[in-house]
Amino acid sequence: MVLTGAEIVIRCLQEEKVEYVFGYPGGSVLFIYDELFKQDKVRHVLVRHEQGAVHAADGYARSTERVGVALVTSGPGVTNAVTGIATAYMDSIPLVIISGQVPTAYIGQDAFQEVDTVGITRPCVKHNFLVKDVNDLAATIKKAFYLAKSGRPGPVLVDIPKDISATKCEYAYPKSISMRSYNPVVKGHQGQIKKAVQLLLEAKRPMIYTGGGVILSDAADKLIKLVHQLGFPVTNTLMGLGGYPATDEQFVGMLGMHGTYEANMAMQHCDVLLAVGARFDDRVIGNPEHFAEVPRKIIHIDIDPSSISKRVKVDVPIVGHVPEVLDEIARQIESVGERPDEKALKAWWKQIDEWRGKDCLKYDRKSKIIKPQYVVEKLYEVTKGEAFVCSDVGQHQMWAAQYYKFDKPRRWMNSGGLGTMGFGLPAAMGVQLAHPGSPVACVTGEGSIQMCIQELSTCKQYRLPVKIVLLNNGYLGMVRQWQQLFHGNRYAESYVDALPDFVKLAESYGHVGMRVDKPADVEGALKEAFKRKDDLVFLDFAIDPKENVYPMVQGGKGLTEMILSEEL
Amino acid sequence: MRHVISLLIENEAGALSRVSGLFSARAYNIESLTVAPTEDPSMSRMTIVSVGSDDIIEQITKQLNKLIEVVKVVDISEAAHIERELMLVKVRATGKDREEMKRMSDIFRGRIIDVTESTYVIELTGNTAKLDSFIEAIDRSLILETVRTGVCGIGRGDRVLKV
Repeated sequence: MVLTGAEIVIRCLQEEKVEYVFGYPGGSVLFIYDELFKQDKVRHVLVRHEQGAVHAADGYARSTERVGVALVTSGPGVTNAVTGIATAYMDSIPLVIISGQVPTAYIGQDAFQEVDTVGITRPCVKHNFLVKDVNDLAATIKKAFYLAKSGRPGPVLVDIPKDISATKCEYAYPKSISMRSYNPVVKGHQGQIKKAVQLLLEAKRPMIYTGGGVILSDAADKLIKLVHQLGFPVTNTLMGLGGYPATDEQFVGMLGMHGTYEANMAMQHCDVLLAVGARFDDRVIGNPEHFAEVPRKIIHIDIDPSSISKRVKVDVPIVGHVPEVLDEIARQIESVGERPDEKALKAWWKQIDEWRGKDCLKYDRKSKIIKPQYVVEKLYEVTKGEAFVCSDVGQHQMWAAQYYKFDKPRRWMNSGGLGTMGFGLPAAMGVQLAHPGSPVACVTGEGSIQMCIQELSTCKQYRLPVKIVLLNNGYLGMVRQWQQLFHGNRYAESYVDALPDFVKLAESYGHVGMRVDKPADVEGALKEAFKRKDDLVFLDFAIDPKENVYPMVQGGKGLTEMILSEEL
Repeated sequence: MRHVISLLIENEAGALSRVSGLFSARAYNIESLTVAPTEDPSMSRMTIVSVGSDDIIEQITKQLNKLIEVVKVVDISEAAHIERELMLVKVRATGKDREEMKRMSDIFRGRIIDVTESTYVIELTGNTAKLDSFIEAIDRSLILETVRTGVCGIGRGDRVLKV
């Protein structure tokens, strides 16, 4: 069958069973938009800024097991999308971004709305393509989807010059794809797994540390099984929350810069560490030299060999797909028939319970001013822990991570790697579209929300009843916290003067706005908001402007050199 | 430590910039990089000379392997291997220098491939050290220009880099 490039693009999206494309039209993608218009299988969501399109596709992908798709025009369409693409890249989120390009003959001539898209995005995509021949288009899109979701996932961009989208060719969608240069490993090395099992069974002070890889590979069930089988303590990274149920007693909380006292202490003092789909990030282990001071054996499971022994030397590297490797470890432990050292484990748990006794997440519950931690706790209660929670970046992000107990994977969406303010609201749109009827909250700050506030308009157009939980302290809080602790209280440009009236702002977009300034009203407001199933409700909580996030490990310090709230 | 990394990569537009971009983005050293298509025109072979600790070289090979278009990566300096570089040197060759230059070229087993009344172009191949010592050995003031290809390398014996 002979089709135009634009028709091929839409056919390919249909073949990939794409439900939603998040995008913004422009000159170079007009033929593609024309074909979108003529069909109704692939639905288009018109955002208000291309950054929002990519974040929305990203939120959609994070909350499902599917690839998110964005469509943008050439030039500024692409440059606006770059922040979203880099966000997805840092967190390994499978996306396909289709961008328009100026006609082939104009490339390199500084044409109107021309940028070197492939060049600009190269460092922040898993791979990208410039399609120069319409005959390659279908196979390229097939490759893009395959690359995005296989191996270590990531965003893949396909740049399509305008003339290519208008040119006709014979179309057939390839059934499968094979690339001699790309063959991700699936099964872990048997010998390494055997060594890992040995170490785990001999451990006196074991610890399991899991990251976003568990979520991305849908390995939560296998992880829970293994953790219960072993009886070991487990911690999650910011990206890994929900990979292990937060309400389970073997969970010691999140670790890292704002991790719990018990998680960080156990991480430092364990003798055998099993790292699963995590990458020993600077925000997670602090100073690597300090971390290496205590000798411990490290087993590291990851699909990406370059994540292994990058920041921390590991003893047993296992390259493979996390669920397969976890399954194999569990199977081998069963077949060996040995149990971990019960006595040592009991003593280790006693130690951990002592650390837990610090109650490092306590805060002033009797405060007359609303405490942000209280709002998140109430959000957890009101939604019975069932909400999909998106967050922006800053103090509110950490409070959401610390106080909302995620029991299931793919319920917590945040920009962990790149730390992109403005991520929350558009991501929540993608999540809400993927899960119509489910409660979706966007926990945000007055700094972050204003970075993509225009998407309130998109929410109105598509009737997305996201609940915005704004923890408003009038400061760029995380910046202010660092200035307070490390820059002699000099609050350089971290006070946001002249904030809008968020209630009126929400109303002007056609939504419901509420201002809450008393602790006693927090629960009621949240209940009221979630009762309004069809409305976007913008809750503006006036929180304590002096509240900080604790525990805290200062950048460059060791994991156990924590600042606790009680010390101040 | 100095390492010689050989790799096979799909011969596609932009492939070179993916490799060079990786080195600059991750602040890895690059001493030289050579690339040309292989006997299979769909694939190019690259030789990269880099300096770094074992940890860094390990990361470099892993990161190169991660590039979608890279088919195979080998650190050929891990075992017996051969390195060659080609240099063209244009020198002033007049009066008594003319004979001296011819003699030096012969000693280093170079070839004079272009002759004018006042200049020679000398072609020289060898490993990096040999080319360096030729430059050291001749009168510097007579050098008009030099151009070097950078190192290309191959493993000795049965060690073969092929798909």
